[in-house]
Amino acid sequence: MINFEFVRTSTVKNAIAALSKTPGAQFIAGGTNLVDLMKKGVAAPKRLIDINSLPLRDITSDSKGILIGALALNSEVAEHPLIKNKLSLLAKALDAGASAQLRNMATIGGNILQRTRCSYFNDSTMPCNKREPGSGCGAKNGYHRMHAVFGASDKCIAVHPSDMCVALAALDAVVHTAGPKGERKVLFADFHRLPGDNPELDHHLQPGELITGIYVPANSFNKQHYLKIRDRASYAFALVSVAVALEVTDGIIKNAKLSMGGVAHKPWRLISTEQFLVGKAASKETFTEAAAVAMTGAVGLTHNRFKIKMGKAAVREALLQAIR
Amino acid sequence: MEQEYKENCAGESRRDFLKKSTALAALATATPVLLKAAGNDEKIAGYFEKIPLQLEVNGKVHNLSVEPRVTLLDLLREQLNLTGTKKGCDHGQCGACTVHVDGRRINSCLSLAVMNEGKNVTTIEGLADGEKLHPMQESFIKHDGFQCGYCTPGQIMSAIACVKEGHANSVDEIREFMSGNICRCGAYPNIVDAIMEVKKGGQPL
Repeated sequence: MINFEFVRTSTVKNAIAALSKTPGAQFIAGGTNLVDLMKKGVAAPKRLIDINSLPLRDITSDSKGILIGALALNSEVAEHPLIKNKLSLLAKALDAGASAQLRNMATIGGNILQRTRCSYFNDSTMPCNKREPGSGCGAKNGYHRMHAVFGASDKCIAVHPSDMCVALAALDAVVHTAGPKGERKVLFADFHRLPGDNPELDHHLQPGELITGIYVPANSFNKQHYLKIRDRASYAFALVSVAVALEVTDGIIKNAKLSMGGVAHKPWRLISTEQFLVGKAASKETFTEAAAVAMTGAVGLTHNRFKIKMGKAAVREALLQAIR
Repeated sequence: MEQEYKENCAGESRRDFLKKSTALAALATATPVLLKAAGNDEKIAGYFEKIPLQLEVNGKVHNLSVEPRVTLLDLLREQLNLTGTKKGCDHGQCGACTVHVDGRRINSCLSLAVMNEGKNVTTIEGLADGEKLHPMQESFIKHDGFQCGYCTPGQIMSAIACVKEGHANSVDEIREFMSGNICRCGAYPNIVDAIMEVKKGGQPL
């Protein structure tokens, strides 16, 4: 691991100032992704700013929603009574990610900012436009079984690895940030980017900005489910995952929010599928049709084509399990 | 030359030899230890500077000095000689390095030591009470929950946490919440049995 300066800070203001002071500085919270990337030589921050002492760990609620501090641990959030009772989709998605040890380290803010697990990105000897802009995409003509079927570009076909983010996208969460120019609130669906010509940018966080929390608005979803399909029963990244939040009254779908993981550079909201579902009966037939809508426009490559068929089956199954 | 090297190393374990040579290398490159205080709470350690670190490990308080890039795992093994905690993959994928920090199980390979200031660490060496093994250690022996034993310290640390967290209520739940600990010998069925017995025994852990 390349040496770096280390800074400890305990206020949001000082943290932002410390970041702005040095080019190549990065915040560190749980470190589960960043320390790994530093060991692999994929990340080499000149300065690390330890933000673990910032007062951003509380989980609070009001009549309009729940605010989760950016430094709340993944395990703390998944086990919190407010989350278990009101946002079971989020709790399920969190429990589907990583291992118990990693969930005890990883924070909510860090989970959102984790980098792709594309093996070409994670190997500093391989070409990768995300790691080294202009070097090419190793995955496109290489082995790309884990890669995107939606929203990919010529420059990058990587997927976002988070489970939690798939649930937050479906729940219309809002990312709260603070930076040199003040505080901002960004809709979750607008937070992450598609790769386009600048795959080195994962998201729309501005230079010097820090995620301070996630706000999840109150909802009336009475059917929620997170389905994750992976190569082994546990502790693996998703091949395909589906977050479903439905409001069903008398067998009719009043409101529907769906998103997918493992298929795109960002959590992939299924807006057309949601529109298709609203007003229809919550039945096997409806769900089968909805699954076809969900995968419309998917583009498979040599090794990841299976994800289109798998995605269709997963959307249908996730909907069925939600109403079970 | 080769002969001379061998003679010099005679009587030394590989670990001792590595330690000495590392210490010499460190002497050659070290810059003076310096801690700058900028602003109210901002503490900076420069590239090769060591930073003071207080850590309680297995009930004993240590006042240490570490480079920022040292992981908790390397600190435990290299500085505190607590080599029971194993380095498997060193990338958070295998769980061999599992320790408890303030009661929570974590992968010590992905935690920078300096991020654990003032914290309380328990390693496999901290479980037994003198000659009396921890109930989970007893149970792993009884159920033959290992073969080569390399993953075992991590398995046991993780297993204790799994029971304490309340995630050991069924075989399926144990398998899910122990999935961060890989056993390449495949002792999983016996590991699950060992955990189930401790859970059913209901002893305080």
